[in-house]
Amino acid sequence: MKNPISNLQKVFESRIRLGIMSALMVNDTLDFNALKDLLELTDGNLASHLKALEQQAIIVVFKQFVGRKPSTTYRATDLGKNLFRLHLAALEELIGNQ
Amino acid sequence: MKTNSINPKEDLQAIREIMERSSKFLSLSGLSGIFAGVCALIGAAVAYFILLDSGHVQYDEYLRSLGDSPTNDIRLNLGIDALLVLVTATLGAVYFSFRKAKKAGQQFWTNSTKRLVGHLLIPLVSGGIFAIILVFRNNIELVASVMLIFYGLSLVNAGKFTLGEIHYLGLTEIVLGILAGIFINHGLLFWALGFGLMHIIYGIVMYYRYER
Repeated sequence: MKNPISNLQKVFESRIRLGIMSALMVNDTLDFNALKDLLELTDGNLASHLKALEQQAIIVVFKQFVGRKPSTTYRATDLGKNLFRLHLAALEELIGNQ
Repeated sequence: MKTNSINPKEDLQAIREIMERSSKFLSLSGLSGIFAGVCALIGAAVAYFILLDSGHVQYDEYLRSLGDSPTNDIRLNLGIDALLVLVTATLGAVYFSFRKAKKAGQQFWTNSTKRLVGHLLIPLVSGGIFAIILVFRNNIELVASVMLIFYGLSLVNAGKFTLGEIHYLGLTEIVLGILAGIFINHGLLFWALGFGLMHIIYGIVMYYRYER
């Protein structure tokens, strides 16, 4: 039997990142403020986690202007979604084994 | 904030909670809008060509000056017509949206859905009651305007919980409702525009944006 722990993704080791990915799994896109309100984080904290996820190609960022206001939106990549699903499966298997 | 090795159960709960909390109500299908619009147009056509005899029955003057049964019949039939449109459109909307959610492997009746419906209902029911009051007070000429305005308000209210397009649909309905109040003899026309044409347009836009 394959060790379920091996499918746990290191990138999701933070609960904040887990939260970001969860939200992006069920919403096509979310903007910075929506994520901030949802996860109740400071600007800086959220930004650094988003940066890390972006660097690992788990999410993509879109920066645009809505009128004169800058708007930054995030979307999960296919890679990100697949890794998240793997991670979820591993979690569920771990629970099943407890 | 490290997680996994300690407590996968909590992680899964956290994941589920965030998903629930963040989910915008994606399940409302564009096809619902098109279907509702078509129902409304059919209802308006029935009202115009059959009940009002192709415009021979003048909508407001005639209905106000006549005291009794022919007027009441027409009024009753119009009411039934509107009610049928509402029921059919709602059933269709639920059907198409349920189908869409199922296809995407999602639940239709989530907490977000419940919140959405709750916020839709408050202005909608108020408007409905007010419209009935107007009918009883023989102010039928304002009914189309009232229905459109309250419907628009309910959409704007619901727009906070779902995709943004509903917000603009709501504003459009409000504007149409105000126009229907100004051009009082064309209530049915605005009703057809607001509940018929606008829904079809909205449905098409939603379908092409999110479901193709």
